[in-house]
Amino acid sequence: MKKKLLLLSVLVIFSLVLGACAPKETEPVVEETEEMVEETEEMVEETEEVVVEETEEVVVEETEEVIEALPQGQELANAYAGMYDGTVVTMAGPFTDQDEVIFNDSIAPFEEATGIDIQYEGSKEFEANINIRLDGGDRPDIVDYPQPGLLLYAVEKGYAIDMNTLINPDWIKENYSEGLQKLATMEGPDGPIAAGIWARANGKSFVFYPKAKFEEYGYVVPTTWEEMMDLTAEIAADGDTPWCIGIESGAATGWTMTDWIEDVLLRVAPPEDYDAWITGDLPFDSPQVNLALDYIEEIWFNDDYVYGGRGAIPTISFGDAPLPMFEDPPQCWFNRQGNFVTSFFPEELVAGVDYDFFYFPPIDEEYGKPVLGAGDIYGVFADRPEVRAVIQYFSTGESLKLWVEQGGAILTHNDASLDWYSDPVTRGVAETLRNATTFRFDASDLMPGSVGAGTFWKYMTDYVSGTITREEALQQIDASWPE
Amino acid sequence: MVPAKNTKPNKSGIIGWFSSTIGQILISLFIPSITFIVLWQGYLFLQRAKAPQIVQVVVAIIWGVGGVALLYVVANWLVLKLPKTWSKRLQPFVFVGPAVAIMGWFLAVPAIRSLVSSFRDRLGDGWVWFDNYIYAFTDPRMLETFRNNLLWLVFGTSFSVGMGLLIAVLADRSKAEVLYKSIIFTPMAISFVGAGVIWKFIYTYKGIGANIQEIGLLNAIVSGLGGTPQPWLSLSPWNNFFLIIIMVWLQTGYAMVILSSAIKGVPAELLEAARIDGASEARAFFNITIPYIKGTIITVVTTIVIFSLKTFDIVRVMTGGNNGTNVIANEFYLQSFTYTNKGRASAIAIVLLLLVTPIIINNLRQFNKDRKGF
Amino acid sequence: MAQSAKSQKKSQSLVVNLVLILICIIWLVPIFGILITSFRQSTDIFNSGWWTVFPHKEQVTTTEIKLTTDVADLKAIADSGSQISISPETAEFIGLQIEEEMPTEEEIAAGAEIPTYDAETVDGVSATFDEFVQGVELDDGRLIRWSGSNIRGRTLTLSDNRLVWFDTDLTIKNYKDVIGGKTVTYKDGQGQTITRIGNNLGGAFLNSLAVSIPGTIIPILIAAFAAFGFAWLNFPGRNILFTIIVALLVVPLQIALVPILQDYVALGLNGTFLGIWLAHAGFGLPLATYLLFNYISTLPRELLESAYIDGASNFTIFIRLILPLSVPALASFAIFQFLWLWNDYLVALVFLGEKNKTVTIAVAEMVGEKGQDWHLMTSAAFVSMVLPLVVFLALQRYFVRGLMAGSVKG
Repeated sequence: MKKKLLLLSVLVIFSLVLGACAPKETEPVVEETEEMVEETEEMVEETEEVVVEETEEVVVEETEEVIEALPQGQELANAYAGMYDGTVVTMAGPFTDQDEVIFNDSIAPFEEATGIDIQYEGSKEFEANINIRLDGGDRPDIVDYPQPGLLLYAVEKGYAIDMNTLINPDWIKENYSEGLQKLATMEGPDGPIAAGIWARANGKSFVFYPKAKFEEYGYVVPTTWEEMMDLTAEIAADGDTPWCIGIESGAATGWTMTDWIEDVLLRVAPPEDYDAWITGDLPFDSPQVNLALDYIEEIWFNDDYVYGGRGAIPTISFGDAPLPMFEDPPQCWFNRQGNFVTSFFPEELVAGVDYDFFYFPPIDEEYGKPVLGAGDIYGVFADRPEVRAVIQYFSTGESLKLWVEQGGAILTHNDASLDWYSDPVTRGVAETLRNATTFRFDASDLMPGSVGAGTFWKYMTDYVSGTITREEALQQIDASWPE
Repeated sequence: MVPAKNTKPNKSGIIGWFSSTIGQILISLFIPSITFIVLWQGYLFLQRAKAPQIVQVVVAIIWGVGGVALLYVVANWLVLKLPKTWSKRLQPFVFVGPAVAIMGWFLAVPAIRSLVSSFRDRLGDGWVWFDNYIYAFTDPRMLETFRNNLLWLVFGTSFSVGMGLLIAVLADRSKAEVLYKSIIFTPMAISFVGAGVIWKFIYTYKGIGANIQEIGLLNAIVSGLGGTPQPWLSLSPWNNFFLIIIMVWLQTGYAMVILSSAIKGVPAELLEAARIDGASEARAFFNITIPYIKGTIITVVTTIVIFSLKTFDIVRVMTGGNNGTNVIANEFYLQSFTYTNKGRASAIAIVLLLLVTPIIINNLRQFNKDRKGF
Repeated sequence: MAQSAKSQKKSQSLVVNLVLILICIIWLVPIFGILITSFRQSTDIFNSGWWTVFPHKEQVTTTEIKLTTDVADLKAIADSGSQISISPETAEFIGLQIEEEMPTEEEIAAGAEIPTYDAETVDGVSATFDEFVQGVELDDGRLIRWSGSNIRGRTLTLSDNRLVWFDTDLTIKNYKDVIGGKTVTYKDGQGQTITRIGNNLGGAFLNSLAVSIPGTIIPILIAAFAAFGFAWLNFPGRNILFTIIVALLVVPLQIALVPILQDYVALGLNGTFLGIWLAHAGFGLPLATYLLFNYISTLPRELLESAYIDGASNFTIFIRLILPLSVPALASFAIFQFLWLWNDYLVALVFLGEKNKTVTIAVAEMVGEKGQDWHLMTSAAFVSMVLPLVVFLALQRYFVRGLMAGSVKG
């Protein structure tokens, strides 16, 4: 009997509690939102039609006064006129911690000027998480991909929206180099689209060294491969291990090795071979790749040349690898890496004084001065006017100015000025990139994911640690190439 | 509880009215609708709540836990209203229904979808039939994962269960039981990322060189004893054992807790009687305790075998599957999310399912043995 | 007779305790290592093992010796394998700072002097370059070593083997950063330094609780009902359903992420607590049902029979008999489920996202993509470990002998 009462009272209390807690106005609010969504959809449809009809001067019917379009597009102008005040644009990317703070700060002026709230969501497991979210239908409006290869999946599945429909195509042509535009063109289900626009870039053909000590010890910066190898031998004879190499990077361990192979391959084979290698037409177990590995082995597998010896390479994190250069006295002297690596250097070091870089020298003069690079790319997954405004804004160098001023990154935008690079090292990197006779994008980022972010990394790591032989490694990678 | 026939309440006042026929009919309409409204309101509230976080959390807890309990009470009550034959037929489903429905939604249906995609291509567009399975059984990477999972299964399971049993039995005889058990249990409280950091401080290798000081405990001990430091996690195939040690460290607590509660269930009189008969402790243990907790041991072994087949986080955090340490679940994760090859990933998941068939059969044999319900 | 039995028992208990203590020490060493590490300076962590905080003998460098010989000459000497000689004529001796007596930055700003060791000298020590790199021990126990291993460095150190007491350079800064948020500093275009407080664990704890508590209780309740049904009730399809549940134990939850996310987006459940409880219930139910089934099915049959004879309904039996009897099993599963949820990263990331960050997500973001912040990872591991341990200790009291016997009587 008591139980009955108890049950009843529990029921009553429950309904009271929840009745009181559930806000009465919930439902009307919901309806309103739905209406708003419908309205927006209509607007989007309208805008799309307009864009198709007249690309240059877009007139948005809702506004009474005509706002003059900016070169990037109509919506950016509308946004600065405050038309999208209060709207939200969601973004996802791999940047967390410090990078997230800097990114948010660098877009803050735009948010203030337009009233658009850009909600950036950084995640450490970005690479896995983003595909789950895209497939699951929980799609961010804009995604910042650290590698174009990841964007390819979204394009293949038909999620990505063609940039030429979002941004004035003339502006894209004007603000990005042809090569970059070509790299961003990907094959979707309905044919090729401009899948993304480029954000930050990285030059990778650089060797960083501790400049102050380097000069104190009387070493001279090499300009050819022979000079570099002579210097390597000299430093080893002096008693030090010349190279700092580490390829550990969590689940992505091995990518530093693949960068080396790409960089050396560009120096021992024509760029056409490199391109054929990316598409799978030149196998891994080819004379060219083997030749590149011969050059690499000469350095990597000589315990006198590498800090910690060959066995330590797979266990040292790529970010920790350069640190022994800055001990007193330095324990090693060269770190070949992308220019982003300077953000891993001890904070108190001064660029251009304590450290500097030299260009990873050519091996065969026939192939000129090739530069290897990589970069992040934005993809868009929702077509709303405020999203257009934001992506149009991102197509300007201004949007990342604050970020590049930190050093460690250079911009792909033609409207970015060399003056923005506050330290001489980054400026030098940007100049080297502009002067490159051949520029090639990181091959592992362009190969199919199962090779470029899979077997290539894995088998190269196993090969460096001595688990398998070079021949086995190359053959296994070739075998893993998707048909 | 509910107006059940076996209780004879005084039919007076409001409760008496509820027991009348009209009242019962009204109430059988009223209570489910109230329940529904209450739960729906709670659902809406939680779906769009803008209340302070703490309020949300409290409402969420009350609604979630209370709501589930309420659903069972109401469903059972409704079933009992039905004619006796029907209520007897339906009542078991009140008990198992919700569990089956939720598992169906969250696991069974996705598993069936995986079965379908395992016959399809990378993006799930065209049929490739058995290509993905051919890959799963012939690719050298996959063969490596099978070998490693076998190591995990044999060594991981036997050491975890063995240690767990040993500690559970010994701790049962010690006054400081809680302390010992808490210590063994502690690793379970650590996230895999945390555990990864902990073991990196054991296995780290910094290399050879005049000025290199090891910061990994194992290498410090080895060089202290005059040996040469080793890159433990690159030494294939031994590195698998170094990873299995981590699993044993983490999972022994699990085996220990369950086995310990089973050992507590062994009637003290039985053991006492055996001791009075002059049986040694070891004899009493093997002749009384072990048979008595056999069912629990099978349960623990089954679950740890499954854990070791699904092992993923340790490998991903420590080696990423490199240097010959890859395991099935890591390959599945890579195929689904890094290589975005849905077909292969699904085939691997199905292979994983097939691998446990012997375990399932064994468990069913236990299940069917003298299992007669009411 | 009684005497020997007693002493036998005593020695037995001694052995039992010794074995347990040994196992516990092995279990604790890794944890102890990071506990110490979590209090160390981030720079020390990479340069020396955690055990160096304990008293040990160490070479304490007191004097730096700078050779004045020309590099080319030195190299010639080294190449020929001849000996390099160190004396006041060939080298300069500089006393080094005394690290353990260093004043703080404020004190230096206030004009405190930086103490240094007096420069010690040696006269006429000769050895080859390689010997100096290995270290040359003098008759008085001092050690001369080449600084680094590069001949061009031209610097050696003179050190004494001294006992170093406990490392005093420990800090609680790592914990402050983890709990209160790490400061992020950078320079803007004008060279101004901007400082921000990064993420902290404040709200994350509450969120983790909101996920873990219902996410633990709901599946246990549902699983207990189901386990009872499978163990003691007859119904068509019982065997096949149970087989499926055991098979589902091995299904990796990752295969469900995309389909469930699609359903959640359609139902508006994405990012809600309800959604993540259901997800955790779904992923945890097979194991919960399986474990509880194995426990509930071993309850004595006579007990249930007598209850049925008394006319009790299934529901009454479940509530009044099965649940109280299953407390140890419920408690043990509750612990595991709570721990898995507390430490879960993937499910929370996919279904809850950024809006309601759990502790694991907050920690992962704090540590950043560089993954080098071991000082933060170690302290974060301890911070997030506290609650699960409290839960374990709280539930510990349910694992006592006689609980079953007591309930049976009532």
